[in-house]
Amino acid sequence: MDLKFWVLLSMLVAKDLKFTYSTGPSFSFPDFSCGKEEQLLLLGESGKGKTTLLHLLAGMLKASSGTLELMETDLRNLSAGELDRFRGEHIGIVFQTAHFVESLNVEDNLIMPQYLCSKKIDRQKAKTILSRLNLEHKLKEFPKNLSVGEQQRVAIARALMNDPQVILADEPTSALDDKNAMEVIQLLEEQAKATGAALVIVTHDQRLKDHVQKHIQL
Amino acid sequence: MNLFKIAFKNILFRPLNTSLSLILLSFGVGIISLLLLLEVQLREEFDRNIKDIDLVLGAKGSPLQLILANVYHIDAPTGNINLKEAQRVMRHPYIKEAIPLAYGDNYNRFRIVGTEHNYPAHYGVELKEGKLWSAKFEATIGPDVAKNTGLKIGDQFYSAHGLTDNADIHTDKAFTVVGIFKNSNSVIDQLILTEISSIWGVHEEHDEAHADGEEHEEPEREITAVLLKKKNPLAIITLPSFIKETNMQIALPSVEINRLNENFGIGMSTLKWVAILIMIISFISVFISLYNSLKQRKYELALMRSMGGRKGKLFAMLLLEGSIMVIIGIFLGLILSRIALLILSGALENQFHYDISNAGLLINEVKLILITIFVGVLASLLPAIQAVRIDISKTLSDA
Repeated sequence: MDLKFWVLLSMLVAKDLKFTYSTGPSFSFPDFSCGKEEQLLLLGESGKGKTTLLHLLAGMLKASSGTLELMETDLRNLSAGELDRFRGEHIGIVFQTAHFVESLNVEDNLIMPQYLCSKKIDRQKAKTILSRLNLEHKLKEFPKNLSVGEQQRVAIARALMNDPQVILADEPTSALDDKNAMEVIQLLEEQAKATGAALVIVTHDQRLKDHVQKHIQL
Repeated sequence: MNLFKIAFKNILFRPLNTSLSLILLSFGVGIISLLLLLEVQLREEFDRNIKDIDLVLGAKGSPLQLILANVYHIDAPTGNINLKEAQRVMRHPYIKEAIPLAYGDNYNRFRIVGTEHNYPAHYGVELKEGKLWSAKFEATIGPDVAKNTGLKIGDQFYSAHGLTDNADIHTDKAFTVVGIFKNSNSVIDQLILTEISSIWGVHEEHDEAHADGEEHEEPEREITAVLLKKKNPLAIITLPSFIKETNMQIALPSVEINRLNENFGIGMSTLKWVAILIMIISFISVFISLYNSLKQRKYELALMRSMGGRKGKLFAMLLLEGSIMVIIGIFLGLILSRIALLILSGALENQFHYDISNAGLLINEVKLILITIFVGVLASLLPAIQAVRIDISKTLSDA
């Protein structure tokens, strides 16, 4: 299929993606694409450049060569400032371990993405999303007082705050036990569907294989 | 949600770091501001009371003591001088005005000063109620005396010998209050003024009581000092030789006070340097506090970047954190210096009957504030620059 045609269908298209660190290690990635409301699992063992790939997709690293288009925008053509803005507005990221602005409570951490993108602050939305994750009662709690599972769910809630078109998750389940891992992956799928976003999960967690149909081995 | 709120919460999140910086900052600012306040207030107080007094005539001794005792009524007098000899100087053609002072007694530690009506007139002091003294043992009192002792017009009181205690009270002769002065912020506020003859009166009878059987001579009239205004500048050169043969000396208030300020100034400037040192340490502490917290917060900052936070915003946030700390420190310092001044002025008023509690913001303090803010911002600049230069990808994958 012609690349142009793919782009029309896809939220995310990667082709001939290569990245070389200044310190030496070099990665080339397989081509892949992910459509609207589609879910994609990028599986790979340690050292295969999973995090590198995720940072490329998030525009936090620039590919050495190849094309990477998100929503028909070639990330390689954006300036650093434009990248920050693009990332904030269109991409929600869930990291392996949840991190927060420690001095702020859950509610303020949730509205942080809106604030940082200079969007209108919508505290009601924070409440709504949190109640979808059954964490409404933790609104005024400080992040460090939450359990690891709760923290990860709040991190997912935060990734959803700006209605991203693409949700990127970096090993979202690897730190969690089976029960919590299943909950989190279900949650990610549900929420991605609810917001109509493409969901890309980068992981080595084989437990997720049965859950997500489309996978690509790195 | 705004940058100020985030910055403020970040400061509160590290209470120990923040307190250390604030304590150092507020002490530095506080000490310097207190020194500035004291300097200005003391100078004003001194200048106000010198008011056109060119020369002071009194008994030989330390000229500074002569000035302090007779112009400011702080120190003990150098001794008494012979009235007749003093009158030769007072009537000298080079002298425009002479205010004789005679004292040695107190009432509740307020000095009773025998003088003439030109003394209050010299300071432009007006009467609040009653009249000026016009007969022996009539007294017109300063407003602070009235306030502290509760004396009212018509009240009688006994003087005590000496200038500071109530031990030896002359119970035989009572003074009557006939008038109270308006507040003039001059030394008169703290004095009880009366006829010179009242002072002699108290002591004559006092002496007689003890002089039984001894040979009694007509006492030589004595006074304590004379405040002089010159008519001719030559007075400063001529008069000292004019009184050479007597036990008297002439001192120049402006010269003595300048000398005092110079000596005083050494202590002041030493203290100032100590305060500046404290401030430098406090700036370093603000810097270290921000820089340290930056290490802990590197991930947090990268996270904010990953959520779309522009570099400028994070830069502003860190700069704001430093500035908020500095501004709170300045604010606390200024409050601290006012409290110290208040305590000090209370102590001074008790000791010297001097009030220095007027504490508006000085021009030098405004300068101090601006410099402090400037250096404070400078101290938070480096951490802020470091913050925007972090590699998001590396920071996030290292955690």
